[in-house]
Amino acid sequence: MATHHEMSVIDSASRAQQAFEEEVHGEKMIINMGPQHPSTHGVFRMVLEMDGEEIIQCWPEIGYLHRGDEKIAENMTYTQFIPYTDRLDYLAPLANNVAYAYAVEKLMGIDVPERCKYIRVICAELARISSHLLGIGAMSMDLGAMTVFLYAFQQREKIYDLCELICGARFTTSYTRIGGLANDIPADFLPMLKAFLRDLPATIDEVDKLLTRNKIFVERNKDIAVLSKADAINYGATGPILRASGVEWDVRKAHPYSGYEWFTFDIPTGTVGDCMDRYLVRMEEMRQSIHILNQAVAQIPDGPVNAPEAKVLLPDKTAVLTKMEELIHHFINVTQGVNAPVGEIYFSAENPKGELGFYIVSKGGGVPHRLKIRAPSFVNLQLVSKLCKGHMMSDTVAILGSLDFVMGECDR
Amino acid sequence: MTQAVAAGFDPKVEGRDVIVTRLDAAVDWVRKNSCWPMPMGLACCGIELMAVGASRFDIARFGAEVMRFSPRQADLMIVAGTCVYKMAGVVKRVWDQMPNPKWCIAMGACASTGGMYRSYAVVQGVDHFLPVDVYISGCPPRPEAVLEGLMAVQRKIAQEHALKNMKTGDQKPTHYDKPQGPIIVRGEYAPKFVER
Amino acid sequence: MTPQAAVEKLQAKFGDALGAPVEFRGEISVGVAREQILAVCRFAHAECGFDMLTDLSGVDNFGDDPRYGVVYHLYSIADRCAVRLKVAISEDDLTVDSVESVWKTADWHEREAFDMFGIRFRNHPNLKRILMWDGYPYFPLRKDFPLAGLPTDLPETAVDADTVRTSPMLGGPFVAPAASRSSIRREPRQVDTPAENLERLNNPTKQEQV
Repeated sequence: MATHHEMSVIDSASRAQQAFEEEVHGEKMIINMGPQHPSTHGVFRMVLEMDGEEIIQCWPEIGYLHRGDEKIAENMTYTQFIPYTDRLDYLAPLANNVAYAYAVEKLMGIDVPERCKYIRVICAELARISSHLLGIGAMSMDLGAMTVFLYAFQQREKIYDLCELICGARFTTSYTRIGGLANDIPADFLPMLKAFLRDLPATIDEVDKLLTRNKIFVERNKDIAVLSKADAINYGATGPILRASGVEWDVRKAHPYSGYEWFTFDIPTGTVGDCMDRYLVRMEEMRQSIHILNQAVAQIPDGPVNAPEAKVLLPDKTAVLTKMEELIHHFINVTQGVNAPVGEIYFSAENPKGELGFYIVSKGGGVPHRLKIRAPSFVNLQLVSKLCKGHMMSDTVAILGSLDFVMGECDR
Repeated sequence: MTQAVAAGFDPKVEGRDVIVTRLDAAVDWVRKNSCWPMPMGLACCGIELMAVGASRFDIARFGAEVMRFSPRQADLMIVAGTCVYKMAGVVKRVWDQMPNPKWCIAMGACASTGGMYRSYAVVQGVDHFLPVDVYISGCPPRPEAVLEGLMAVQRKIAQEHALKNMKTGDQKPTHYDKPQGPIIVRGEYAPKFVER
Repeated sequence: MTPQAAVEKLQAKFGDALGAPVEFRGEISVGVAREQILAVCRFAHAECGFDMLTDLSGVDNFGDDPRYGVVYHLYSIADRCAVRLKVAISEDDLTVDSVESVWKTADWHEREAFDMFGIRFRNHPNLKRILMWDGYPYFPLRKDFPLAGLPTDLPETAVDADTVRTSPMLGGPFVAPAASRSSIRREPRQVDTPAENLERLNNPTKQEQV
């Protein structure tokens, strides 16, 4: 009995047809972008599946800067963790310091004096300007406009000088403390800030002239990576990305902290939700920050900067060296940390990148039981795989620039 | 530090158009003044590195303005920022792709020793897997300190026996236990603050 | 609607699946039974207007039973109202339903909770490690995992020293526990640590396996 074998014989005509179809559809290419790449704004990796120039799928990979901040927080007192908060969003360290200080103060139930709130607002808005300058500078450098990057850095150097005046470091400031600030602002800070605010609008206008109606910049950004309102909310996007998609929501207006309710300012909101809108929202936010800073400089009151609770802050040094009670308080604060009550809180602040939140679970004592950092860049970066689909390879650079994320914060 | 490769040049003797010196000195002089960095900007130090490249501190004065992100075109890898274990393989791979002669600067506390991140995920110093030539301390180091570190690399390059190294293909040791004679730059700077 | 009204609405629908609400510093937290969390989240999203999931994090309460928890921070943009839901999960069955179908943002948050604690989310589209590399055998944020880390292999890399070493803790992180008195215990120095302890510190014998 002959066994039957199935054999398919493809004649040459149909084989030619098959080859032609394969040729036309082409092979998909898998390209790896990062983690070491000039345009990925930090150590971020994207694996792109491309059909020619178009992106079919995108798999982002993070974790290349995961330093274990949350585990470190479980082993440090609240005050010892402040330098780690600087290095979260390292483009706006003052803003992180302010957010963390308010989070721990919320847990402890401490209210800081008015002058401290004004100074913290000044710090947060300076950080916002600094971060947006770099965000726009880096985005335009990646799109080819090198000049804007250098202009942005020139202004950032002036902000660094201001930071150096208040706390000694250009950057990684660790300026706030639980219950106040490390020190009051020196006498020449406000005049220098005023001079800076006089010169900054000219630079922003110049950047505006260079970019906003520049045909190349517009072509590369308009209608790229459109994000709808519903999607933005569902993906948890916050900050300029959410506002560019048309949702008028800002933590400073929704849940005012640090005295933001005393300032008048607008929230720039976009309409389309494309890269161009995100850029425009950031530009206008810088102008609003200048407005807030002008108000703060005009209205800042005199008074103490530290909260009067004796047990939270380090007492005055002369008292520590002469009186017993202050010596004990100093000793306990330094070695064991502030004594937090049992409970858990979530506090969020409007950072330049979005909503930075701290979820602190405390079981008493000076060391948190769990400190979760709700990083805006971590949440915003999930949008990358959705936004890059269907666009071309060179659009990824515009998209990443417009999402404006920082890996220090994303990976913690 | 031997003086064997110092350039010997006396314009009164040789005149302005002719320089008589050792080949090593000439090659080293060329190499040190055109050191193209590969910025491995991992974290916050990367921002200070960008500030060094910007107009106020201007790394271009030292010939190092072309930050080449392609390792094939660079001589000097500046590891700026915390290197975590997940990234370590990538950094090493990029280092291996750099052609000889190449040098490495560990910029900042995290790259030198792991910095303030003594945790499960952070490599306690890139010298665990890279042969570092200069360590720059600071968190982040001031741009002046970075420039001093660059100048320290330049001094190190000026001492090299270029001709002898060329015979061995300028090979750097890839396996080693301890860093060999690095120059440690301490950022002790008190910049004068100028009123604007 | 205020947070209190939202919690009352949830209680009206789900009754005994919810615990008693706790108020602290103006925030409301409610415990939710593990099997009901997806239904509660769906209801909160659809009926109570909680359109944004601000945060999802894991918690390890070492020593308590149930040991782990997942905490959801729900937020309503229109009403400016926030509510916290907490689910307690015990160690023997470390799974919970994924809420990624309700809020897409839960995707990466749940991957991070899996990476750091080992909590598995059912029906998650892509439950892989996100912050540590794929083959990492431990869950770092568990309380019994040391801060310095444990030695492991580092597979697909070109690093010559291809093991992950523990960080030199020299006796412990430099924070005083509340009860400690002696400064040598609070701030240990290498010169005080006896040689054999240094040896053991860098080669731990007990390892936590997945």
